[in-house]
Amino acid sequence: MKAVITVTGKDSKGIIAKVSAECFDKGANIIDISQSVLKDYFAMIMLVEIADLKIPFGDFVDTLKTLGENNGLFIQTMHEDIFNSMHKI
Amino acid sequence: MVNIHDILETVNMIREEHLDVRTITMGISLLDCGSSGADVTCGNIYDKITKYAENLVRVGEEIEKEYGIPIINKRVSVTPISLIGGLLTVDDYLKAAKALDRAADTLGVNFLGGFSALVHKGMTEKDTGLMCAIPEALATTNKVCSSVNVATTKAGINMDAVNICGNIIKKIAFLTRDNNSIGCAKFVVFANAPEDNPFMAGAFHGVGEGECVINVGVSGPGVVKSAIERTGNCDFSVLADTIKKTAFKVTRMGQLVAVEASKRLGVPFGIVDLSLAPTPAIGDSVAHILEAMGLEKCGTHGTTAALAMLNDAVKKGGSMASSHVGGLSGAFIPVSEDQGMIDAVSCGALSIDKLEAMTSVCSVGLDMIAIPGNTPAETIAAIIADEAAIGMINGKTTAVRLIPAYGKDIGDTVEFGGLLGYAPIIPVNKYSSCDFVLRGGRIPAPIHSLRN
Repeated sequence: MKAVITVTGKDSKGIIAKVSAECFDKGANIIDISQSVLKDYFAMIMLVEIADLKIPFGDFVDTLKTLGENNGLFIQTMHEDIFNSMHKI
Repeated sequence: MVNIHDILETVNMIREEHLDVRTITMGISLLDCGSSGADVTCGNIYDKITKYAENLVRVGEEIEKEYGIPIINKRVSVTPISLIGGLLTVDDYLKAAKALDRAADTLGVNFLGGFSALVHKGMTEKDTGLMCAIPEALATTNKVCSSVNVATTKAGINMDAVNICGNIIKKIAFLTRDNNSIGCAKFVVFANAPEDNPFMAGAFHGVGEGECVINVGVSGPGVVKSAIERTGNCDFSVLADTIKKTAFKVTRMGQLVAVEASKRLGVPFGIVDLSLAPTPAIGDSVAHILEAMGLEKCGTHGTTAALAMLNDAVKKGGSMASSHVGGLSGAFIPVSEDQGMIDAVSCGALSIDKLEAMTSVCSVGLDMIAIPGNTPAETIAAIIADEAAIGMINGKTTAVRLIPAYGKDIGDTVEFGGLLGYAPIIPVNKYSSCDFVLRGGRIPAPIHSLRN
């Protein structure tokens, strides 16, 4: 079971490290990362495996959202089904 | 494997373009609640609704969090209350309204629809009992929504019922006069009412439905508008195609939520209603979509054609995206709930006559329109008759949700608040329709209803 974590905001030091650490801590296994920096803005998309998540998925969503708020970022975590259903016939 | 472009597009739709699931509505049959007395019946009604829907709000919130899709409302709709055994007098139906309101409070849903009657061919004593109770029921409850179906393509128009509805609307406006006649926002008069509409105030659980069902209403006027703006100066074929593809994505999201909610609640999935439903928020307007298509102001010439194209493209794109599409499924044009509509009325670009023309090509009707408080009941009945005729002849749903704001006139604005928005008073034709509507009886069904 996979989820997609989207991180956007102003570029600052250690964003990837902080989000990865949180994923590791909660048992989410990172499968793929894509990121880009456009002028001052940072956008990262992580595909994570959540089958072995140590906490309920809803709590994981909240944890990352709070991490984002504490670092001036917007972090949205969504179950992959939403993307699979919207963009494929 | 999903690609980055799709992910960013989805996130942007939700964050910037107001993509959301407007409502998850659980439809519940109350046909087995009837008993020998009103008190027992009302107890059965309360118990059944609170039992079946007890997890609705919680599951809605869970899905919202896990999928990152805002689910704005969780609601309940029930069998038209006029049909439930054990209820006959006005007092009986008022008790039922109170039971429905208490159930809605217990569940934490924000509206409960179905205080309704189906009278397109004729009215029974039960129907008239409920209809007489409607004004006080809506004035003394918060969350109950009511509707009356006065016409169908097969039955014709019940003009006696139409006249009663004109009076009901006036009475509701009077009884809720201290609150901008807001009671009228909870009452809809229908022609060809759908049995599975998840949107309020006209939602009810039709008699052909099963025990319990989950229906979802999606919404994305902002998404459609942004998609149109990105295509720039293209021809109508490209425009229609863009709207179709966008409607596909929006409806797919609703399908996902509906199937998931159905699974978690253990209730069969009914339909996705793929309507474009605006809110007063900036960037969430259907009128602005029409203006993005090239009209200087919604309501000018070309508006009906634009809306026809929009409505049709939304249906074509959305129907591919869901296993079952139903409800109203088209573009909504509620005046007070759409900032673009409000502006168009305020500057004189949009009149009630143009709105009536628009209802012939889109899914709703004359919706959330504030008219002068001194509009006679017969004029309101005539407006209902016009809408019913459009619905009856064209084999589509039409509806009327008018607010004759008590004590207000042209130049005033009525403020409802929240998702119900605000509206400037629109003028109506001052010439009388009394002698016409008061003939009474039934306008016969059209010849093309004989399809066998």
